[in-house]
Amino acid sequence: MVSDPTTAFAAAWHLVATGDRELYAVVALSLRVSLTALLIATVIGLPLGGALAVYRFPGRGAMIALFDTLMGLPPVVAGLAVYLLLSRAGPLGDYGLLFTPAAMIIAQTILITPIIAALTRQFVEDDWHAYREQLTSLGSGRGRAVPTLLWNCRYSLMTAVLAGLGRAMAEVGAILIVGGNIAGVTRTMTTAIALETSKGDLPFALGLGLVLMVLILTVNGIARLGGLMIQRAGAGYA
Amino acid sequence: MRDYASILPLQLEAVSYRADDCLLLDRIDARFRAGPRSLILGPNGAGKSLLLRICHGLVKPTGGTLCWAVARPHAQAMVFQNPVLLRRSVRANITYALALAGYSRRDRRRRAEQVLEEAGLAPRARHPAAVLSAGEKQKLVLARAWALRPEVLFLDEPTANLDPGATKVIEQTITAMHAAGVKIIMTTHDLGQARRLADEIFFLHRGKLREAGAAETFFTQPGTAEAAAFLRGELVI
Repeated sequence: MVSDPTTAFAAAWHLVATGDRELYAVVALSLRVSLTALLIATVIGLPLGGALAVYRFPGRGAMIALFDTLMGLPPVVAGLAVYLLLSRAGPLGDYGLLFTPAAMIIAQTILITPIIAALTRQFVEDDWHAYREQLTSLGSGRGRAVPTLLWNCRYSLMTAVLAGLGRAMAEVGAILIVGGNIAGVTRTMTTAIALETSKGDLPFALGLGLVLMVLILTVNGIARLGGLMIQRAGAGYA
Repeated sequence: MRDYASILPLQLEAVSYRADDCLLLDRIDARFRAGPRSLILGPNGAGKSLLLRICHGLVKPTGGTLCWAVARPHAQAMVFQNPVLLRRSVRANITYALALAGYSRRDRRRRAEQVLEEAGLAPRARHPAAVLSAGEKQKLVLARAWALRPEVLFLDEPTANLDPGATKVIEQTITAMHAAGVKIIMTTHDLGQARRLADEIFFLHRGKLREAGAAETFFTQPGTAEAAAFLRGELVI
């Protein structure tokens, strides 16, 4: 066991630099789970948020309040709900998804969809107030206005998607409950960090922490840089 | 010559608009016929923009009726006081409007190139609309409206935020569109602009239509004390 922070950092760097197989398997699974959940949440959350911003219907206020509340949904509560759904006695128990990456994807999707939908609703609603009359004048109905405004808000929506990714990558409570932290099957970076820290294996935990931070920084950096380049080149406007 | 029936005249009968306890438009009777440039004139808060929005169908009146000769989609267009442009290129702002009007992809492109050339915006076609100057933005929204070949164009104080140079360009564009057969219905509180552009005047004050008729008559022989005071440059509120 390594308890001295300097030695732990050196050992962690060695694991990262030498391409430790176990470490990179955990990293790959984490990315697979989080990015899949992000993709599903984006596909659901963007149009849902856009529609909530533009359409008026009974119960809309309650739905907005619900999504705003779900943005702060404690991961362990989401994990528990998914666990009850997927456990053998639950309504989806027959599918045998508990303690698989699929269960973790479901849990993360439930956690990040409200974030993307609620932020999208706010961004698009601001635009809807500014563009409603002009779009109506041009003959656009509300249905056509939703994709138009989603595209109009694309740079702001990148922030919403990145917020969702951040939540997914950093999340540990829900996936620990529904994934079970099984080595080689459902062990992700965050669950492994929690486990290795409790075991006192700081180099492995620190190595994963470093990789996690670098990954989040890289994804955010690419997204920001891409957005800036598109804006400057004007290519996004063509 | 148009090969379809004109949507004009537009007939307003006792059109009113009430918001909460406030009567913003009070039983307006008016007739907008093909031909003359109609300017809705009046001080701020008279109800000019609201009346224009009701005519264009953006706001439903709470009383009275509004009737076009025939109903035809995309026969009207509107330009707002503050240019509302999508976060896209100059050209894409026009092709978007043309797509909504049902133009094919090829025709959109061709029509957009044509109107951008006419508006003097062709060199800026690929630029983001957001980087245009205030005058260029207003030219672009006029070009977008013109691209749709409307029979009636509503303009809500289109030069209110522009300097004299840009105002002159916009007024020339409006005159050219009128010469090409577009019915102009425009609001303004600028007397000089009304004198330059109006063929007929609808003078609104506190939600009531005080006068309607030929511009020349209005400017030489105003029929109401409010109109006379407005023409003298007094603070009519």
